[in-house]
Amino acid sequence: MQKIGVFVCHCGTNIAATVDVKAVAEALGREPSVVVSQDYTYMCSESGQNLIKDSIRDYGLTGVVICSCSPRMHENTFRKAAAQAGLNPYMVEIANIREQCSWIHKDKAEATEKAIILGRAAIAKVQLNTPLIAGESSVTKRALVIGGGIAGIQTALDIAEAGFPVDIVEQKPTIGGKMAQLDKTFPTLDCSACILTPKMVECAQNENIRILSYSEVESVSGFVGNFTVKIRRKARYVDETKCTGCGLCTEKCPVKKVPNEFNLGMDNRRAIYIPFAQAVPKIAVIDADYCNMLKNGKCGVCSKVCTAGAVDYKQTDTFVEEKYGAIVAATGYEISDVSRYDEYAYSQSKDVITSLEFERLTNAAGPTGGTLLRPSDGKHPHTIVFIQCVGSRCTPEKGKPYCSKICCMYTAKHAMLTREKYPDTDVYVFYIDVRTPGKNFDEFYRRAVEEFGVHYIKGAVGKVAPRADGTLEVQASDLIMNEQLHISADLVVLAAAIEPSKSARSLATLLTASMDTNDFFTEAHPKLRPVESPTAGVFLSGMCQGPKDIPETVSQASACAAKVIGLLSKNKLTGNPCVAHSDELMCNGCSNCANVCPYGAITYSDKEFRMPDRTTKTRRVAWVNPAVCQGCGACTVACPSGAMDLSGFSNSQIMAEVDAICK
Amino acid sequence: MRYDEIFAAMLKRAKELLADGTVNRVIGWKRGEFSYDVTPAVFETPEELDAGFVYDAFCGANVSKYLIRESEKPGRILCFLKPCDSFSFNQLLTEHRIRRENVYAVGIPCEGMADVKRIRAAGIDGITGIREEGERFIVSTLYGEESMDRREALAERCLCCKSKRHPVFDELIGDEGEDAPDDARFAEVARLETMTAEERFDFWRGELSRCIRCNACRNVCPACTCENCVFDNPASGISQKAAADSFEESMYHIIRAFHVAGRCTDCGECSRVCPENIPLHLLNRKFIKDIDELYGAYRAGDKADARNPLVNFTEGDAEARIVHERGKA
Repeated sequence: MQKIGVFVCHCGTNIAATVDVKAVAEALGREPSVVVSQDYTYMCSESGQNLIKDSIRDYGLTGVVICSCSPRMHENTFRKAAAQAGLNPYMVEIANIREQCSWIHKDKAEATEKAIILGRAAIAKVQLNTPLIAGESSVTKRALVIGGGIAGIQTALDIAEAGFPVDIVEQKPTIGGKMAQLDKTFPTLDCSACILTPKMVECAQNENIRILSYSEVESVSGFVGNFTVKIRRKARYVDETKCTGCGLCTEKCPVKKVPNEFNLGMDNRRAIYIPFAQAVPKIAVIDADYCNMLKNGKCGVCSKVCTAGAVDYKQTDTFVEEKYGAIVAATGYEISDVSRYDEYAYSQSKDVITSLEFERLTNAAGPTGGTLLRPSDGKHPHTIVFIQCVGSRCTPEKGKPYCSKICCMYTAKHAMLTREKYPDTDVYVFYIDVRTPGKNFDEFYRRAVEEFGVHYIKGAVGKVAPRADGTLEVQASDLIMNEQLHISADLVVLAAAIEPSKSARSLATLLTASMDTNDFFTEAHPKLRPVESPTAGVFLSGMCQGPKDIPETVSQASACAAKVIGLLSKNKLTGNPCVAHSDELMCNGCSNCANVCPYGAITYSDKEFRMPDRTTKTRRVAWVNPAVCQGCGACTVACPSGAMDLSGFSNSQIMAEVDAICK
Repeated sequence: MRYDEIFAAMLKRAKELLADGTVNRVIGWKRGEFSYDVTPAVFETPEELDAGFVYDAFCGANVSKYLIRESEKPGRILCFLKPCDSFSFNQLLTEHRIRRENVYAVGIPCEGMADVKRIRAAGIDGITGIREEGERFIVSTLYGEESMDRREALAERCLCCKSKRHPVFDELIGDEGEDAPDDARFAEVARLETMTAEERFDFWRGELSRCIRCNACRNVCPACTCENCVFDNPASGISQKAAADSFEESMYHIIRAFHVAGRCTDCGECSRVCPENIPLHLLNRKFIKDIDELYGAYRAGDKADARNPLVNFTEGDAEARIVHERGKA
């Protein structure tokens, strides 16, 4: 027989305004085994906790029910308080009468009745609680960063700086990400490559960092502190240990017409290539889709010219398996497809481009050597129209509901730099709003308007029509002047919405990390835990969590590294004693539990059992590794025989709660 | 192949395999109190086979579940599996319930099994045997021979047979068949789905009210193989022996349907053995149909290493919202 104390929290008026807390305390005081039932303004306050501790000692309580906020908020607080008073912390149950009751009801009588029912369910559960003792698990002191853009680079550098080994997995042949493709960065206008490439080189030189480029995460198992990750190293057909990056092969390769993805297909590269001059690692890679030797066995030029003998046409994908204590998702973003917006004629005219293409057209390493030329005829554009929010801030059918955040600022940058370099160019920017919250951001935008004479027009572009003379007729409305505009433009630049990397969703599945409806990773808490995913040991860095500019990305990347370092500097992690266990006498050996276990905690073995007739029988039975089990409970519902049960949330405890609610 | 041809081939192979030591026992069927009352039985010698082994259109019983216990015994056992039995057998292999190395499985062709309840319903009594003549069954009775159109006498599960193919076997008698489309199999479920919730509840209340809790459906079911069934385990909180009220009648069958969901091969044994003629297979078929629609076509027992969609997570799974919306319909 338990001796149960019930403590009902007012939470100021959060609960007390909608729930008659005195009535709840009184009603629950009449429940079986309840020896004391009290209410208090703030149970989580020190005096509230003392009330609980004193009651545990005075009444010799064996179980505690606290009617308060969600267990996510204060379960730990109350468990610690109970432990200080000598009670096993797992003898504490929370009835959530705030988030699940007072906050969602208006009628006080109804809310009070529901609070009493929730309290009864918790009391019914506590009757069956047993003391539990948490185990410990070790921490593998190595981190994995998935994605080698500026976010992944910064996180990796910071973790490595703290003395922990880090692996960067990058799906492209080089790290650098989108930032490597940018020309200048707002609001200071420093060269993107100039500030990025030193960090890339630092990654390559740091002895704690291993770069696994041209690689992808294949599978993930384990749990916080103890992940095992299998990484696919895609075949480069070039031996990384031999290639010196001299680039001779990329000059001699006879396949010359391969669209160069680094310049967004605006010029060509060879079938064997180094993505760009400052690539890290600077190792050639063969594009198997274009290489003659790989396609039909005829060529072999690169192999002949390579003095290092690095070319290996027989190379195949290999796999690396490594253990990690923490995993960082830094998968970044992509430019959304703008060809779906017929009105902007992106797929009809070469002179309608995205902002990222504009970056390449103005970059010294770009297809035009940095001179702004129209893609169609290579002439200088004299009228340029920038269109904002293409696919951002849309209805779900038309595009993304969110603001892509970076477009206002980079468009101001593009407009300003164009006017500076080519003063004879007319520049128009069509916008819904100009959003410039950030240090020196609004000043920057105002310079574009006031000093550089960029025409900012509030209004939407209805249609971009390519005309026979090669110009683009832009039909738009000016909402402030309330007039229709027809602008004959030479170049139209679309500020395309950004979207999470296509690889993010499958990665989220591998990591059992959650995502929002836009496929951005969700944080453990949007304000208080912004760099952690709800899955323990998985952290978020950069754009994969939401739109961000470079300074924000770098800040978040460093914040993320701080969290990872905090985890990796621990020697032991206290486990969760609420783990599953199998009743061997009831286990059928069917493997359902092992199939659904996301942590690989369940193994099977043949075991001998003495039968009632004194014979021995060998049966296949499940065993749960308590250090690996995270207590999710998936196995307990998948088990057909009811052999699998979860400590702290046993089948009988849950049934008792349901019975108490249905009574 | 005709039943007597299959029988002759089975008997011949059984004796050969016993003689060459491949197996030391044979599980087949033997006659019970009545000619149509056929039960699975184990034979150890050629003499026992000659004396008791039978095979005709009444041998609908699925022997795969018996192999759980039989495969634990020393030596190898020969079993004869109709296509639908082999799906059950394969599912049990998937669940590690049968020791594969202790079983020698011979796939036999099947053109459908007779349902004695339908024959009786046609007014034929005193049944002493059955044989076939072309597209007709000749039922011998105490009062002479009766002839029936084959389709009039076949079991419902055979009229909408899902497959003539054996997903697993060591050897085959006759030619291998093919899978059949599922439309006919789900027609009755689709009809129930068009009912209103109240009509459907009334339908099931009417059917399940006849349940006498004899447990035959559970005992025969090749998916119900728990070491300790929840209905026999006092610790489960739901064990009970009698269908004391309408709630318990329903609860037993609903829990059972949930427990075999994703694992049921739709062998139809539950409905065959029900003394009250409750169409229990419809509950299971509803689950199969839902799984097909929500998670893509899946046949339990088709592949030995397959994971049933209810214990598997894929990116293509139906969102919880869709499942919820359908549940309200």
